[in-house]
Amino acid sequence: MKMETDLSRFHKIVRGKIKQSLRKFIASGDLVGRQGKKTIHIPLPRIDLPRFAFGDNQKNGVGQGPGSPGDAMDPNQGQSGQGEAGDQAGSHSLEVELTLEELATLLSEELALPNIENKGKKNVENVEIRYKGLVKRGPEALHHFRKTYREALKRMIASQEYDSDDPIIVPIKEDKRYRSFKEIHHPSANAVIIYMMDVSGSMGDEQKEIVRLTSFWLDTWLSNQYKGLEKRYIIHDAAAKEVTAEVFYRTKESGGTLISSAYRLALEIMEEAYPSSEWNIYLFHFSDGDNWSGNDTIECMRLLEEKMIPLSNLFCYGQVESRYGSGQFLRDLKKQFGEDNERITLTQIRDRNAIMDALKVFLGKGK
Amino acid sequence: MMFEENVLPRELQEIIGRLGEKSREVGLDFFPTLFELVDYQQLNEIAAYGGFPTRYPHWRWGMEYERISKSYTYGLSIIYEMVINNNPCYAYLLRANSLSAQKTVIAHVFAHCDFFKNNYWFSHTNRKMLDKMANHASMVQQFINQVGYEEVENFIDVCLSLENLIDIQSPFKYAPSVKEESKLEGGRLRPVSKLQSKPYMDQYVNPKAYLLEQEEKIRKESLQQKNIPEHPEQDVLQFLLEYAPLPLWKKKILAMVRDEAYYFAPQGQTKILNEGWASYWHSKMMTEICPLEPSEIIDYCDHNAGVIANHPGQLNPYRLGVELLRHVENRWNRGQFGIDYLNCQDRRVRQEWDTQVGLGRKKLFEVRQFHNDITFIDEFLDEDFCHESKMFLYDQDPRTGKYVVASREFSAVKKQLLTQLTNFGQPVIRVVDGNFHNRKELLLQHAHEGVDLQQDFAMECLKNLHQIWTRPIHLDTILDKVPKRIIFDGETQTVEKL
Repeated sequence: MKMETDLSRFHKIVRGKIKQSLRKFIASGDLVGRQGKKTIHIPLPRIDLPRFAFGDNQKNGVGQGPGSPGDAMDPNQGQSGQGEAGDQAGSHSLEVELTLEELATLLSEELALPNIENKGKKNVENVEIRYKGLVKRGPEALHHFRKTYREALKRMIASQEYDSDDPIIVPIKEDKRYRSFKEIHHPSANAVIIYMMDVSGSMGDEQKEIVRLTSFWLDTWLSNQYKGLEKRYIIHDAAAKEVTAEVFYRTKESGGTLISSAYRLALEIMEEAYPSSEWNIYLFHFSDGDNWSGNDTIECMRLLEEKMIPLSNLFCYGQVESRYGSGQFLRDLKKQFGEDNERITLTQIRDRNAIMDALKVFLGKGK
Repeated sequence: MMFEENVLPRELQEIIGRLGEKSREVGLDFFPTLFELVDYQQLNEIAAYGGFPTRYPHWRWGMEYERISKSYTYGLSIIYEMVINNNPCYAYLLRANSLSAQKTVIAHVFAHCDFFKNNYWFSHTNRKMLDKMANHASMVQQFINQVGYEEVENFIDVCLSLENLIDIQSPFKYAPSVKEESKLEGGRLRPVSKLQSKPYMDQYVNPKAYLLEQEEKIRKESLQQKNIPEHPEQDVLQFLLEYAPLPLWKKKILAMVRDEAYYFAPQGQTKILNEGWASYWHSKMMTEICPLEPSEIIDYCDHNAGVIANHPGQLNPYRLGVELLRHVENRWNRGQFGIDYLNCQDRRVRQEWDTQVGLGRKKLFEVRQFHNDITFIDEFLDEDFCHESKMFLYDQDPRTGKYVVASREFSAVKKQLLTQLTNFGQPVIRVVDGNFHNRKELLLQHAHEGVDLQQDFAMECLKNLHQIWTRPIHLDTILDKVPKRIIFDGETQTVEKL
């Protein structure tokens, strides 16, 4: 169909468009809410060619229906049941379907991310069985009728037994074909992400939204690198507990902050379920950096230095700016480990627009 | 034509024949109309191309196709029918429609075709547009072969972004081209016209003082005429075609975009009336003149209700059109017109007014011939209708940001409706001076009527204009109640106070 050319052209432009305005999408937050099982829907503004148009101080219009002055109404609600083509489209947004892989590819192109090196951990091999190929002998259960008859037809034509007026084909034993399988060994790299988030009183909705968005992109990228990525979620204020993803993103803020509680819990989880010899472990911690006491900070440093950093691939700390300003913890970490420590990544996420930069810092090392 | 396999089954052919005949009997007068049966994919494709089987290659058809087919897939909207203004008219029927829906659509289509043929605002449209679109397509393909896809596409994008800078009235004006009017340039002045006289009488018939005065006047006029264009020109695209330094292929593409914009303009101008007319006739046909089988009537009602459904807060052109037409028919049937009726203040008398003149149908044909949406609404939308059909004005509550019903007052509603329809709800931009600052810069003016331009878009448009004009572009407008001039000089953009 002729439309294909125009359609693929459009898709190419849209792909390019996604790349350029990726920052905007991440910050808009529309992506996460709508992810389905495999494909996600990105509400992408349609490509609107600029034209002389009225700006947004035109807000009134005419409608039809019940209601008296002062009653609320939504001028955008309702869908027209029928339309003639050539209608001007409203301010619909266009949904582009991208699989998570495609999205991750875009992300890596945009950020120039290196692929992750799987670091000498003992690999667990997965064996997969695939039916490919055909063989001449095999169990009847794997008999391939179509191919068998085809062989028979070939043989009969070759031997001039085939009569097109009376097309009866009788396979003999040599014609029989059976499906055969192969074992495919592939090394599987196991990976787990442990997210830790500070939910103390100073972390507001906006801060959590930033964490939520950042986590989504981390997930997307790491899922692309590791099949079967596992995720664990820890929230902490003065005490830490493990929660489900939903709770992780929705918990209301309260209480003070003892960061070490989260680190201890993370260590417990790691020791229990994810031996570092077999797992690539990613630790992400988000906080506003307002730790309760200096002593607790010292405890945190000890835990990091002795256990967490040696056992994990990467420890990332992202400090979000809360309404009370930014805390001390980031500076403490910097003092302890230095700015460019190989094993630890530190960044500050001031606002939504800084998420892309944070991702680049987190994932740029290829660990 | 395009889908040879889509031959109509005999049953449909018979229905088309019968409905066509009946339509002519009631007075509809249309071009020969060719129907084709297509599946939804083909229909979506044709719809994306604006009803034409062949258009020039461009990504926006792909975008439109995606939107249409997605909303079809998700059940958001279905296009039942497409008809294009051409002689012969082409109409497409969706294969999946039930028979009763096909009948409705066929009756609807005949009324559209009648409208295309007879409505005054369509009188200047090209009735061989199908061929012209195909020619445009092959022309663009040729340019693509010559200068490359990117280059052509980029220029089409530029033109499309300026597509709305046309003057929808211009086909109806005697339009001496901009060039013709300004032929008289410095140097040769028009001689002063003298009254005929014998030589010895000349100084009395044509006194010297008068001649000098005239000469001076002409000189003054000629100085003014030096302005290009002579009068502010709303057909900016035409102006650019005549004066912008474009290579031939670009000129042809710009002309093509302009042609197509003018072709589609009347459809935007008569959306309410055209859809109202077609809906009026399909329901007349299906329920009175050529009634459906009893078994089909529920199906029909369901379909019809969907078409003219009232979506809270939206204006459905189908509904408004058909209701207002019925209102007109009713009034003229009962003689509710003329000075006596209009001056009558007694509501009761007005309501019961019935002289049984029965001029309704005649009036409707008159309306379809002479009106467009604006004149239709201006002339016939009266206070009674406004209340009966529950029209209201909405506005944004400045405190909550929510949209609320602001008023049900007739004059306010009507005023807003007319404003919305003026120039398709788009700003009016005119070329004022093509030699601004005497440096061949371009000065445009926005006729501000209370609503500001969308600034970022306006700036992009200036950049696009600059690509065509190649010299700095100025646009006078009003932003936040302050007169401003937006300037793009090829590199930087500035906004200055006027």
